[in-house]
Parts: sequence; structure tokens; C-alpha cells
Amino acid sequence: MYGFEALTFNIHGGYLEAIVRGHRAGLLTTADYNNLCQCENLDDIKMHLSATKYGSYLQNEPSPLHTTTIVEKCTLKLVDDYKHMLCQATEPMSTFLEYIRYGHMIDNVVLIVTGTLHERDVQELLEKCHPLGMFDSIATLAVAQNMRELYRLVLVDTPLAPYFSECLTSEDLDDMNIEIMRNTLYKAYLEDFYKFCQKIGGATSEIMSDLLAFEADRRAVNITINSIGTELTREDRKKLYSNFGLLYPYGHEELAICEDIDQVRGVMEKYPPYQAIFSKMSYGESQMLDKAFYEEEVRRLCLAFEQQFHYAVFFAYMRLREQEIRNLMWISECVAQNQKSRIHDSVVYMF
Amino acid sequence: MGESRGGGCCPPMDLMRSETMQLVQLIVPMESAHLTVSYLGDLGLVQFKDLNSEKSPFQRTYAAQIKRCGEMARKIRFFKDQMSKAEVLPKELLEKESDIDLDDVEVKLGELEAELVEINANNDKLQRSYNELMEYKLVLQKAGEFFSSAHRSATAQQREIESEDSQQAGDDLLESPLLQEEKSVDSSKQVKLGFLTGLVPREKSMVFERILFRATRGNIFIRQTVIEEPVIDPSSGEKAEKNVFIVFYSGERAKSKILKICEAFGANRYPFSEDLGKQAQMITEVSGRLSELKTTIDAGLGHRNVLLQTIGDKFELWNLKVRKEKAIYHTLNMLSLDVTKKCLVAEGWSPVFASNEIQDALQRAAVDSNSQVGSIFQVLRTKESPPTYFRTNKFTSAIQEIVDAYGVAKYQEANPGVFTIVTFPFLFAVMFGDWGHGICILLATMYLILREKKLASQKLGDIMEMAFGGRYVILMMSLFSIYTGLIYNEFFSIPYPLFAPSAYDCRDASCSEATTIGLIKVRDTYPFGLDPVWHGTRSELPFLNSLKMKMSILLGVSQMNLGIIMSYFNARFFKSSVNIWFQFIPQMIFLNSLFGYLSVLIIIKWCTGSQADLYHVMIYMFLSPTDELGENQLFPHQKTVQLVLLFLALVSVPCMLLPKPFILKKQHEARHQGQSYAPLDETDESLHVETTGGSHGHEEFEFSEIFVHQLIHTIEFVLGAVSNTASYLRLWALSLAHSELSSVFYEKVLLLAWGYNNVFILIIGILVFIFATVGVLLVMETLSAFLHALRLHWVEFQNKFYEGDGYKFAPFTFIFTANEDE
Repeated sequence: MYGFEALTFNIHGGYLEAIVRGHRAGLLTTADYNNLCQCENLDDIKMHLSATKYGSYLQNEPSPLHTTTIVEKCTLKLVDDYKHMLCQATEPMSTFLEYIRYGHMIDNVVLIVTGTLHERDVQELLEKCHPLGMFDSIATLAVAQNMRELYRLVLVDTPLAPYFSECLTSEDLDDMNIEIMRNTLYKAYLEDFYKFCQKIGGATSEIMSDLLAFEADRRAVNITINSIGTELTREDRKKLYSNFGLLYPYGHEELAICEDIDQVRGVMEKYPPYQAIFSKMSYGESQMLDKAFYEEEVRRLCLAFEQQFHYAVFFAYMRLREQEIRNLMWISECVAQNQKSRIHDSVVYMF
Repeated sequence: MGESRGGGCCPPMDLMRSETMQLVQLIVPMESAHLTVSYLGDLGLVQFKDLNSEKSPFQRTYAAQIKRCGEMARKIRFFKDQMSKAEVLPKELLEKESDIDLDDVEVKLGELEAELVEINANNDKLQRSYNELMEYKLVLQKAGEFFSSAHRSATAQQREIESEDSQQAGDDLLESPLLQEEKSVDSSKQVKLGFLTGLVPREKSMVFERILFRATRGNIFIRQTVIEEPVIDPSSGEKAEKNVFIVFYSGERAKSKILKICEAFGANRYPFSEDLGKQAQMITEVSGRLSELKTTIDAGLGHRNVLLQTIGDKFELWNLKVRKEKAIYHTLNMLSLDVTKKCLVAEGWSPVFASNEIQDALQRAAVDSNSQVGSIFQVLRTKESPPTYFRTNKFTSAIQEIVDAYGVAKYQEANPGVFTIVTFPFLFAVMFGDWGHGICILLATMYLILREKKLASQKLGDIMEMAFGGRYVILMMSLFSIYTGLIYNEFFSIPYPLFAPSAYDCRDASCSEATTIGLIKVRDTYPFGLDPVWHGTRSELPFLNSLKMKMSILLGVSQMNLGIIMSYFNARFFKSSVNIWFQFIPQMIFLNSLFGYLSVLIIIKWCTGSQADLYHVMIYMFLSPTDELGENQLFPHQKTVQLVLLFLALVSVPCMLLPKPFILKKQHEARHQGQSYAPLDETDESLHVETTGGSHGHEEFEFSEIFVHQLIHTIEFVLGAVSNTASYLRLWALSLAHSELSSVFYEKVLLLAWGYNNVFILIIGILVFIFATVGVLLVMETLSAFLHALRLHWVEFQNKFYEGDGYKFAPFTFIFTANEDE
């Protein structure tokens, strides 16, 4: 399984791995979050962040600040870091880094399409898109009326094109369709990414398989929970699950026939890694599930840093940064809306 | 603590040991706190301790003020940005200190910012419509060209077809019925074709065209023309390369699609009419409005420049003020608030000599702020190790930097910097001995020194900055290399009989230049340095090598001895007799019984002119010490002396290793016992002694750790004595390399070129020689000799005594470096 990565990895990947590990040291720690949670207003948050890597991105923002500004600037920093790494990368790492973006691309496509369906302004929608998932002709998505057009007009030029092969229908777009499209795309994306990582081999494939399997299983659970009580048939539901992961294939059979959250729980508790997540929750509750999954994900991502000479650190780092920005957004919102008692509800600590 | 330095007989040597420091406590009433900190900042002799380290930045007392300052700093950055865009330079700060109120500054900054933002917004609006008109004009021109050319070719084609038609009407009807049909359809459909014109960014133009094609299933006709000069985009205000496009389509659905795509691609559309007359009219109209707008914009810009000019006049003043205030509030945040909330308590380090000045500053602050209560100044006793502070001047600071780069001296430990001032340039010069090169470096550094004032005020490049910072070190280095160059008698590798003619002369005509055989001594020995007659002879290298090698060992042994003697001074200063008896003395004996003895042998050999082989003597002193020396004997009873020295060296090793850990253990136990039974009032005293004694206080005493440490230390010293002495041979090696390189450049470049008797070749030869001398010898060789001298000081000299685990005194001061905020 292990090749001699240690021997040759540093030729192309050494510099970037050093960079990403340096970046990792800049992630906000529990102490930082504790301090941030004590902030009285957004200016306090800015002041605290001025001592971190976000400092230079926030320092020229006039007060009063808004939560969106903070999130926007932090995301900008993430994108700048990502672009810096991307332009230093060589094959196959550059492809690997590109893969990290595709998830955001899918989200952006869905966002724009849903937005146009509800007749929102395209510019407004574009601002809401995640900058990592931007591609040239994204604004043109608004023109499309159905999936086939969507594919033929715009997406055929993007890396997402191959993922579309499974959801080419001439039906007009509606909310349900779009959601199915998102999940089908995601399924195709995860499977493709999984295959790519297997191709790279070595520690990368080993660690990424674990991370992606977790991602796939989480999506499967979410799809199941969200589709309870909708007209999605069992067969259709099962089609949306990715064909790998811990739950594949027997877990999928069982998930497909679940009718309420407790049944999902029953299925999941058969799998030891997920047992811990579900055992934290009381019966019938699904609110805390997201946080529990996030915490588990962060724990796994942090473990990726324990090994050297593999690409999974880049994936882990990007994911952790996204989680960090989510945390900052939550804290800022709580502070801005004077809901400090709820501040700990959704913050996931790392390291 | 108040140890007198230097000793009774000598004048005090400031650089030898750190200034005595004290931990002071200031209790300052709230109302005068700001002024007090400001005065102390001017004084720059107090290093405040952070007493609120457990609090996060925004929980501290003056967080609000810091935020205010941050906001003001942001505005100032905004002004700076705007000024550099408008190319307005801020005026140099002339008056040293003019008292301005922070609140006034804040109000003023706010007003100016609002005004500037408004002007900018207005200008942007005007600029945007100006840019739009510019684009419109371009569209009118380019699309007009397209239409007229299309028209021309269309009419020409029409005519052609008509003439062809009339010629072969009959057969054509059969051969190409479709063409005929098309023509008839064309004329009927032409009316329904709509079109859109506009500009699209060039890098998106291909995708734009492709998407349009796909969206309308190919039912469009698009034409693009490149605009040569970049156009300013109205919405972003940045220059962009764009294409003018014109799209023909049919049908309303296609139109709505095209409109959406245009919007998505950020393509600006402009109305256009087919009618030529209307086009011309529009062009004139647009041009008229353009010139109108231009004047308005110019007026707006003028107004803005005036405003920026007024900002520029005060800019530096405000900038300094805001940064000062921010620093003051940061410092105030480090002070702890008294329980009564009426005064602030500060703790910090300051040199003892500054006590009066600090008290004076406190008093002035109290008076100036009309405070009813004065501030309280008191000295605290502490176990913490104080920071190290050397008062350096511009000459010694660079040398001190060299030492500090290795490690900042432990508090009051002997500072190697004192000796480094002389030994560093000297060792450099031993490796770089050429008085011609020395003069070149001297001239360069004199330039830096003479223009010191001017250069210090401006920003220099990275490398220049380094050379400027070390200008006095370089000065010393150049002076010493002139000195050693005179000893080596080398001027760009050429010897000169400067002090007297050579002592040797040819006995008869048979002696050639390449050998010293046949030379006889005709005069007194050459008075200073190397006799020039050695140069170029066959025995030059063996002679110089032997000289330089032995000299390196002598220099090395003496510098290492100096290092060990320094450890004696340290031990005496910190009153550690263990270190004197079981570290200093055995080390001295060990080093000198081996390499000190070698040095003595070298000197004896030089004085007596003996033929003895010193390698042999040294090696067989270990291998078979009882053997007879034979012809290698240099002085009577040499064998006995050697046996005694060998014995001493062997005995001194266990002396270094064993006693110290046991004595330390005993001392620790004794102290521990004494403490537990001592009366309370004495503990304070004993604690105090401990800090000055430099022992480990209440730390856990781990015997095994101490022993292993001592073991490592001993092994390091014993092995180091050999390897360090060998390491000093680099003095010989580098000096050899230097003289060989320079003689190669001289002989193989300059003399060779000279031999051709050709002016052209000569000029090239001289140029190559100059570049080689400057590039290789003056720059690279200087650097390498510098690095080797650095290593000899850091490793061979300083490891004999220097701990270097202190931390530097960093007082709170207003002398900001220029790029601190950036």
C-alpha cells in the first residue's frame, strides 16, 4: 500500500506541505474562541481578529462593521491562500486542489438556479456565491430553463460536466428537481474524487478514503432525514446515495426504507463510528445532529495532520478553514443580535 | 546587586557587564497616568511588564481608546492611500513637537474623511458617465465602420449578382435554385432582424460568442472588433481590454436570452441606429457631452487635490500623534487598576542609574496634569532575572549586535562584545591581509561614515542597510586588514619594499628569480613584516604556510585562553568558587598543558631556529611519552616536562567531571535544610542572595540531570580543545586562498593582457581585473572571511564562558521605526 512517498514527495509537494502546515498554526484555537465569545460587539471581534491572520484583511474596514463584512473578508483570505497554493502546485496536486472546489461549484450552480427560479436579481445571487466555486460563465446559468439547457449552455465547459450525465432530463426546473440534481451531482462528484484519490494511492488515498467516506455517509443520512415525508420514492432516494463509504451497500438498503428519524438512528447505531454521534442525542431529536457531525468531521480532519507526505492535509486544511469561518459567522451573529447565551451552540472547536 | 564593576584600579567598563537593573513599581493617580506614560516614553528607560496578561485585549481598561486610535489610524491610512494615488507628497515634519489635542485630531480627521469620501463619490459618478460616453463613442465609431463596410460590400455583391444574373439567367435557375430563393427570402426578412451593440471584455469574448451561439442554436450573427487601447470600465473604474460586438438576431425570445447573457457577462449595451445621418449626429452629440464632462471632472479633481494638499501639510503630524497615543494606551493597558479605581499600578524594569530621571518625569507629569497627588516610585525586590541592557553607542552597537545574534547575555554575565570590538576585525584581517584591498574597503566605508547623517534618514535597500548598519565594524576591519596586509607585504598581491630594501641579494649572476638559492644576506633583517624577496620564489609557499599555520595556532590558543579566563571573571562575579576550582582551573591546565605547550614549542623553534619536527613531538608525547626525543629535542629536560604536562592533563579531566555535581548536590541539601529551619525574616534575605548567586532557587534538584550535563560539558571541552585549535587553522587557509586568488588575478589577467602590447586587450584585461577584484575579492572574500571570523567568535571563543540565555531590555519609547505599522 505504501510506496516510497517520503523519498520523492518533497520534490513537488514539500514546499506546499510546509505552507499548509504553517497555515494550520494560524487556525484559531480554543483560547481564541473563548476570547471571541466574550466580545461585546463586532468591533471587539475585529480587534481580536486583528491579532490573527485576518488582521490585514479587516484593518481597513470602517466601523460599524457587519457580520457579512467579517465573513466576506475572512473568506477572501481563504480564497487568497487557496489561490496561492494552487498556483504553486504541480500535477497531480493541482488537480487534487481543484477537486476541493467542485463542491462549492455545485452549491453555486444550485444557488443561482434556485434564485432565478424565484426571480431574484442575478447580481444579488452572485454576491452570495462562495468565491471558491466561481467559474467564468456562472452568471449565464440564469438563462437556462431546464436541465438539458443548463448542461448544454453553461456546464458543458466546466469540470462539472461529466457529473451531469445522470441527471439530464428535459423537465422544467423546480425546487424538488434542483435538490435532486444537487444530490446527484454531489454523488457523482464524491465518487469521482474518491476514484481520483485511489489513483494517487499511498497515504493520500488511505486518509482521503476515510474522510470522503465520512462525507458520503453524512450526506446519505442527511438525504434520508430531509426526504422523510416528501414524495421521493425509496428507489429514488437510494439512487442518491454515493456508492462507497461505510454504509455502502447494506446501510443504504436500510436507510432507503426509513420513515422517521428514530429508524435512521437505529440503522446508524449498527455502525460503531457513528454510534458515538447518535448516542449523544436524545430520541426524536435532529437539531444537534449537524453539530455532532461537524465535530466528528473536525476531529477526523485534525487527524489528517498527523501523517506526512500526502495531499489530504490540503483537503483537511480547507475544510477546517471553512469550519472556522462558519464559527466566526455564528459568533458574530450571536454577538450582533445579543444572543450570547446561544454562542456555544454551534461553535466547533478545533485543536 | 550593587556590585562595583571593573574593580578599584580600573575605570568602570560599561560594556563588560549589563547595567544593574531594578524592578520598579509606580503608583500613578488616574488623572496623570496618560501624561506620565507619555513622559516615560520620551525618556525611554522603562520596560513595562504586562500585569493584565490574563485579560483579552478588549477587556482591558483602555480598550475603547485603542479602538478610537485604530479608527483614526484607518482614516490616516485612507488619506495616505488617496494621497499616493493623487501623487501628493506629505510635507516633512518640521516642528519637533507641537501640542495637539487628540479629540481635535479625531474630529478633524472625521470631517476631512467625510469630505474626501463625498468628493470621491461625486467624481466617481462623473467619471462613470464619462467612461460610459467614451465606450458609447467607441461603439458608434466601430459599429459605424462595420455597417458602412458591410453596406459597401453588400451593394458590390448585389451588383455582381445582378450582372451575373442577366448574363446567365436561364441555366442558373436550374443549377442553383436555392440561391435564388434565399435572395428573395432575404429581402423580406431583413426588416425583422434586430440587433444589439455593446462592449464585452476581451478575455470573455470567446466564451460570450460561444454561449450566444448555443443559447440561440446558432440563429444569430455576431461580429466583434478589437479596440486597440484599453478602455476604462465604467462600473469598476479599471482599465480593461474590450471588444465591440454587434449581434443580429431574430425574434423576441432570442432577444431576451441575449439580453440576459449580456448582463451575465458584464457586457455594456448601447443603442445604435442604422441610419448614417443619425449616427453622425449622435457622435457629435456624444463628443460635445464628453468635453463638457471633462471640464467638470477636472474642476472636481482640482478641488480634491487642494483638499489632499491641506491634509498633506498636517499628515505626518497626525500620523505621529496617533501612533504615539496608540502606544501610550497600549502601555496603559498593561498597568493594573488599583482596587479603589483611583490609581494605576505599573511594574517594570529600569536601569538603576535612571531612577532620578524617572522620578523627575513622574513629578513633571504630576505638576503638568494638575494632579493633587504625586506618583509613588518604589523599588521592588524580585527573584526574576532582569533583562540585559548594555549602553552602546553607534560604534559599539554593531559589534554588540553580532554578539546578540548568537544569544543575549545572561543578566550581568561578562560580555564578549568588549573583546570582539578588537578581536573580530583582527581575525578578519588575518584572513584578508592585503593593504590594497584594505584601502578599497576603507574608502567605501568612509563614504558611508561621512554621509552618515544623510543616509541614516533615508530608506536603503536590504543589503545596503546591512552594510550601513555595520559601517564601523567594516571600518575596523579595513584598518586591520591594511595592518596585516603590511605584515604580509601584499598590495593586490604585489610586494613593495616599503620600509627598507630587501635584506638579501644575489651572490653572483647565477641565481635566478625562481629560487632563493644563491641569495646572501647583505643588510639587516627587513624591519617590518615579510621580506619582499620571498615573493615569487619556489620556497614562498612552504615558508608562508609554516608561518601562517603556526601563527593561527598561537592566535587560537591565546583567544581560547582568554575565553577561559573570562569564565574565571564570571565565576568570581557570581561568587561561585566551585566554578573556579573545578571548572576554570582544570580547563586552564588541560588546554595549556597540551596546546599551550605546543605554542611554547613554536616560539622556541622560532627563536632558536631549530630543525625539530613539532608534529612528531606532539604525537609521540601521547603515543610513547617515555621514548627519547633525539634530534627533536628543543630544550633540556624536555621529556620530563612532557611527562609532567601529560600527567596534569590527564588528572584535570576527572577534576572537571566529578567534583562539581557532588558539591552542588551537597550545597543544595544544605540550603534546603537551612531554609526549613531558618527564622522567617531571614528567608527574604536568602532568596535575595540566591538571585544574585545565580543558582537555581527553588527548582527541583535532579542529580542525574546535573551529572549528565557536566559529563557532556566535560567531553565537549576535552574534544573541543583539539577540534577548536584545529578550527583556528582556517585563519591560515583563508589567508592563503585570498593571497593565491589575488595573485592569480594579477598575473593571469593583468600581466597577461599587458604582454600582448595591444591597447584593446589591455583595456579588456584591466576591466576584467577590476571586476574580478571587486566582485570576488572585495565582496565575496570579505563575506567569507567575515563569516569565518563570526564562527570563530561564536563557537571557539564564546563556548568557553558565554551562556547567552538572557533577554534584552526593551524599554517603552517613542522612537518608532519607519515601517513599524506596515
